[in-house]
Amino acid sequence: MLFKKTIPSSGEQAPWYLKLSAIAALLFLHIPLLLIFLYAFTTDVSGYTFPPPGLTLKWIPRALENPEMQAALLLTLKVAVLATTTALILGTLAASAVYRFNFFGRETISFMLVLPLALPGIVTGIAIRSAISLLDIPFSFWTIVIGHATFCVVVVYNNVLARFRRSSGSMVEASMDLGANSFQTFWHVIFPNIGTALLAGAILAFSLSFDEVIVTTFTAGLQQTLPIWMYSQMLRPRNRPVTNVTAMLVVLITALPILYAQRITASTSESEGGSK
Amino acid sequence: MINRLSTYLYLRPRLILLLLLLPPLIWFLVVYIGALIIMLVNSFFYLDGFTGQVVHQFTLQTYAKLLIPTNLQIFFRTTLMALTVTIACIIIAFPLSYYMARFASPRMKTFLYLAVTLPLWSSYVVRVYSWKLILAQEGIISWFARLLHVDGLLTWYLSSKLLGGPSLAVSVTGIFLVFVYIWLPYMILPIQTALERVPKSLIEASGDLGANPAQTFRNVILPLAFPGVIAGSIFTFSLTLGDFIVPSLFGNSSFFIGKAVLTYQGTSGNIPLAAAFTMGPIVIMITYLLIARKLGAFNAL
Repeated sequence: MLFKKTIPSSGEQAPWYLKLSAIAALLFLHIPLLLIFLYAFTTDVSGYTFPPPGLTLKWIPRALENPEMQAALLLTLKVAVLATTTALILGTLAASAVYRFNFFGRETISFMLVLPLALPGIVTGIAIRSAISLLDIPFSFWTIVIGHATFCVVVVYNNVLARFRRSSGSMVEASMDLGANSFQTFWHVIFPNIGTALLAGAILAFSLSFDEVIVTTFTAGLQQTLPIWMYSQMLRPRNRPVTNVTAMLVVLITALPILYAQRITASTSESEGGSK
Repeated sequence: MINRLSTYLYLRPRLILLLLLLPPLIWFLVVYIGALIIMLVNSFFYLDGFTGQVVHQFTLQTYAKLLIPTNLQIFFRTTLMALTVTIACIIIAFPLSYYMARFASPRMKTFLYLAVTLPLWSSYVVRVYSWKLILAQEGIISWFARLLHVDGLLTWYLSSKLLGGPSLAVSVTGIFLVFVYIWLPYMILPIQTALERVPKSLIEASGDLGANPAQTFRNVILPLAFPGVIAGSIFTFSLTLGDFIVPSLFGNSSFFIGKAVLTYQGTSGNIPLAAAFTMGPIVIMITYLLIARKLGAFNAL
């Protein structure tokens, strides 16, 4: 357990080289993200000169007004909302089934759900793509949503299942004993109990979908989600300042909800589950 | 009415189970497992070179194409990259995980945990983008090298045929650095979890029995951290194998598995070959998992 209040270890101090390499690893993780913030304000339009020749705020409104960026952002948000909603429904259903019942193949359910995240992204991508093209389904907004929902289910599932396992079944029994029917019990007892787990799962699923680029490359037609748009800007830079600002926006948009999700899961010490 | 429905369902748990399980099960069987099977089937078809059409007929010739030297080289190059990235991640991650698990105060631990998970969950593309800024010829690394008067060294390193390139942004070294950066949090967290589980009494017992700190570290802590290292390496290994973004942004013309898959299915429409190629990472990952299991990595997880 991670946040258990333990008595600090018996006054033992970490050796200096250990501290130093830990700090170095932290810097390695965070300096690149700091640079994203710096470059959003650079006046350099044709390169990535360091130190920036000058700083300006003018690219921020320009980036926000950029129609390509706006269209990509809107599409990404739409996909993320739909994928998250689907994942919430499917993940909660699966978690309830696994928690409440003992059935044949129960152990394989979590294995199956985690596969789309655990296997390399291209596997999921090419698998869905070859299915789509074999069935002659046109690549569209909906094929992106289907791909995203598939790998988002597991985060919701993990969060909800962890919450179920920690909440006591006696509450449900008590509710039934006191005369509530199944639906009332669900609405007044179970739902409030798993509420924050659902919220955390939803935030994590949303951010997974918001960032995804590998599976999306295979399931999208001509649509460009924000990550795909950024990827194309990196391959062939056409508008560096706008890309710089967009990168910063994406960090801001994703960081705050994730910090929040961490807080609500950390206080109950649950796994956020899965990986990207 | 609602009460009767409620009772009806309560008395039929199998029906509830069916109602709960059916939607996710159908979704996954159709969208995912089905897709995987279709991909497998596809890899036994072949692309007619003249018509450019996929011929739906069982053949092994697509797999035979995998064994030509160029393609074998791609597998070798990608696996080697995944291996070196994994090793580098272990080396960088271990001290931080060790510090988090053994020395950090609870408040410090919370802070460090956030400091590791935030990059993990923040945007993949943006994190890749940040290295575009760093590795660029006019970027911070060149600036830093000039500051330390080692820019000659950097130029010399880049002239190396194997690891270098026109700039760090177009070199194998660049790909390696970006991969290490992006997957590092996936290594830190499992190692930290494994180290967290090492009972303090065990370390004290080792000391009481006369081991010096280095011996305790080698004979007690390291073996117990091993499952965490393996768990982390499964992520770093698998993620590197399947990535095409980083090699296409920082690489030259030499292919990695992901890039090859993308090119075959995209520009040449050769879905059978792309599918057969994808079986590569799957087989490599399964082998890796089997070796990990043989080494006993899953016993302690």
